[in-house]
Amino acid sequence: MEKKSKLNVSDWYKSGEPFVWLNAAAVAMSAIAVIGLLAVLAINGFSHFWPKNIASINYLDPRSQAEYRLLGIDVDDVTVSREQLVSSGMDHLVDNDVELFNRQLLQMGNRDVTGMDFAWFVEEHYQSVEYPLGAMILERREWGTFIGFLRDVLEDGQVVASSTGEGEVNSDAWAKFEALLARSESLHRQIIALEKDEIGSINYGMERIRLAERRIELEQPADAAVQLAELAAEQAELEGAYQGMQAELVDLYRAFERDSFTAETMDGTVVTLPMAKVVRAVLPNALSIPQKFVVYGDKLWEFLSDDPREANTEGGIFPAIFGTVLMVLLMSVMMTPLGVIAAVYLREYASQGPITRTIRIAVNNLAGVPSIVYGVFGLGFFIYFVGSNIDQAFFPEALPSPTFGTPGLLWASLTLALLTLPVVIVATEEGLSRIPKALREGSLALGATKAETLWRVVLPMSSPAMMTGLILAVARAAGEVAPLMLVGVVKLAPSLPLDGNYPYLHLDQKFMHLGFHIYDVGFQSPNVEAARPLVYATALLLVVVIALLNMAAVSMRNRLREKYKSLEM
Amino acid sequence: MTQSTVSNDKFTLGGAIQGATHLDLANEKTCVEIKDWNLYYGEKQALHNVSMNIPEKRVTAFIGPSGCGKSTLLRCLNRMNDLVDGCSVEGQMLLEGKNIYDRSIDVAELRRRVGMVFQKPNPFPKSIYENVAYGLRIQGINKKRVLDEAVEKSLRGAALWDEVKDRLHESALGMSGGQQQRLVIARTIAVEPEVLLLDEPASALDPISTLKIEELIYELKNDYTIVIVTHNMQQAARVSDYTAFMYLGELIEFGDTNAMFTNPQKKKTEDYITGRYG
Repeated sequence: MEKKSKLNVSDWYKSGEPFVWLNAAAVAMSAIAVIGLLAVLAINGFSHFWPKNIASINYLDPRSQAEYRLLGIDVDDVTVSREQLVSSGMDHLVDNDVELFNRQLLQMGNRDVTGMDFAWFVEEHYQSVEYPLGAMILERREWGTFIGFLRDVLEDGQVVASSTGEGEVNSDAWAKFEALLARSESLHRQIIALEKDEIGSINYGMERIRLAERRIELEQPADAAVQLAELAAEQAELEGAYQGMQAELVDLYRAFERDSFTAETMDGTVVTLPMAKVVRAVLPNALSIPQKFVVYGDKLWEFLSDDPREANTEGGIFPAIFGTVLMVLLMSVMMTPLGVIAAVYLREYASQGPITRTIRIAVNNLAGVPSIVYGVFGLGFFIYFVGSNIDQAFFPEALPSPTFGTPGLLWASLTLALLTLPVVIVATEEGLSRIPKALREGSLALGATKAETLWRVVLPMSSPAMMTGLILAVARAAGEVAPLMLVGVVKLAPSLPLDGNYPYLHLDQKFMHLGFHIYDVGFQSPNVEAARPLVYATALLLVVVIALLNMAAVSMRNRLREKYKSLEM
Repeated sequence: MTQSTVSNDKFTLGGAIQGATHLDLANEKTCVEIKDWNLYYGEKQALHNVSMNIPEKRVTAFIGPSGCGKSTLLRCLNRMNDLVDGCSVEGQMLLEGKNIYDRSIDVAELRRRVGMVFQKPNPFPKSIYENVAYGLRIQGINKKRVLDEAVEKSLRGAALWDEVKDRLHESALGMSGGQQQRLVIARTIAVEPEVLLLDEPASALDPISTLKIEELIYELKNDYTIVIVTHNMQQAARVSDYTAFMYLGELIEFGDTNAMFTNPQKKKTEDYITGRYG
């Protein structure tokens, strides 16, 4: 009997079925890992933008036996043991028989009023929970969120609408509030446009004039006086334009700061807040599901398209997306031709002796060098050596403040180009070696030289392999953070490296990057709880950006493959 | 017995040589003159003292067992062996009286003059039109009218025009093997070479395609000197005017095809063509 079963196992083994199961299991594991990763990021990140209901809770503090009111949003729930609570300082617990408690993290906002915008509470101590329709959450330009109830709406110091109570929305007061909020929002946009674009470009012009003056001082040309006079005239013109804009800006600010409102916090304090500080006001408890979706979409769009606020813990991450994509594109443009040319030489022209073999091994090993090493190299070579020499030679007028002798977009792209070069070289070499000999001979036999054969037959046919290299390179480069911290990435860049001021693409500027943004928000943020969902959301976005860049490259490669699919011969 | 079968095949299958008069090398104008030709792959000698005159505007076939050096010799004619590492040659090879291994020779120009068709069809992954125009574009000819004319002429020359004239701009990779091989021939004659080298051009093709290629060779010999390497003795008998039999890197016998197949001078030749080995 036993012998028979043994036989069966060995038969089963021989049938190959175990391997099929093993393979299927491996594939399933990989799929689960990938889907799980994306799901965790998506759930944790993108649920942050959903307008959750605001709970009003009567809380019994077991230590003082006092009851007070909490107003906040449920952010997280965990079940913890009594011991854990006691050791964390909560030694007065309600019921001595209970071993496991539910602990809830409430976002209460109002950092400026209470000093604590997130806190843990034990659900067993809740006396009652309700969701008052009038509860309002504000996103502000400073001090994080505000949660409370709207009271008076003040237009230029005069009360124009009032609201009392909590259980319902005073629609007149709310409508008035929203109208004034919309006005302040539109003024804010005008102010930003004026400050960033117009005054920004005047400042840029002024800086240019200052540098030009300095250059004349340094070079002492014969017509220095004439040139200086021209520059002075230009400066006066800009100065005049600036004065006009400054006046306009002062008016705008006055109008912007005209309105205010009062609101009551959870403990009954009434505070007066300027309308200008509010970015968004929502009454989550009064919203229907479709209305919530509208708010959700709005917040998501803000996240994708806006500049960050509040030390990157609020607002959007557009500059980081832009910086990441731009850097990867620049890197690809610099690295691909270099890698392809190097690979062509190594494979097609260099005699395949020990030197070529050594170089090939060295190139392959370069791909394994830790990325931070490239960062250090980039800092030492590109920035301190090449950059400062460029400054000495071409931008002496700006010294001692460096132009290229400081971390920036160009050096970050170049460092990553170096980092990913081996990948492209290896992939291209692989592609070149797969071109059938018959095709090369066919071309040569028609009177083509080796170079013509390369250009017209071999290189086009190996372009899919080059694209494969590029895809791998992009995937690696877009996710790199460590070297970038040394060669150009910053927490907050005041302007995008691509704008309307000549020369449009500012290679010397520092930029923001999604990967670094994750690190910065996650580890350098003053407000951990507020930043946490943004870490997930940014991480998911980074994955999406890399996937999109890769998909673009993959679709290009597939088109090329379709075109040159004779490799099966 | 076997001999007569061979000659029977020749007169029934190809039909080409029917009524051919007896040919004599002595009366032919020489196109390529090979003198004391030796070739080495590294230490190993692959060709031994080969001397022969390849006649102009005739079809010369190289036959012999695998590894006898017939392809190697063929590839010497347009210096394709230059591409092989460790290959060295000695002797003389004169195309119209000029040594093609001379330093002053432009190899690309030589290869234009001596076109080559390989065993497996190797069209480029381009359109039919671009395949034929390739050699002309290499020479810097980009005028559409000139190219159009040359493409049509070459495709007609390769008996392919009627089959492909409606899809000139489709990929050449969508054609059948036989069509591809004729396309490669069209591509080769588009640059108007003087000599056509065919390295087993039909070995990867089905019998119908083979027949077409053979008919094409018969047409082409009016304009080109053709050298063909083949494993198939019937094919050699059908298409060639002269045949060279090679064995272990040596030229054993070279002469009029008819004579060689009916009355070989050397024992080895007879053994080979009667199928005793090879």
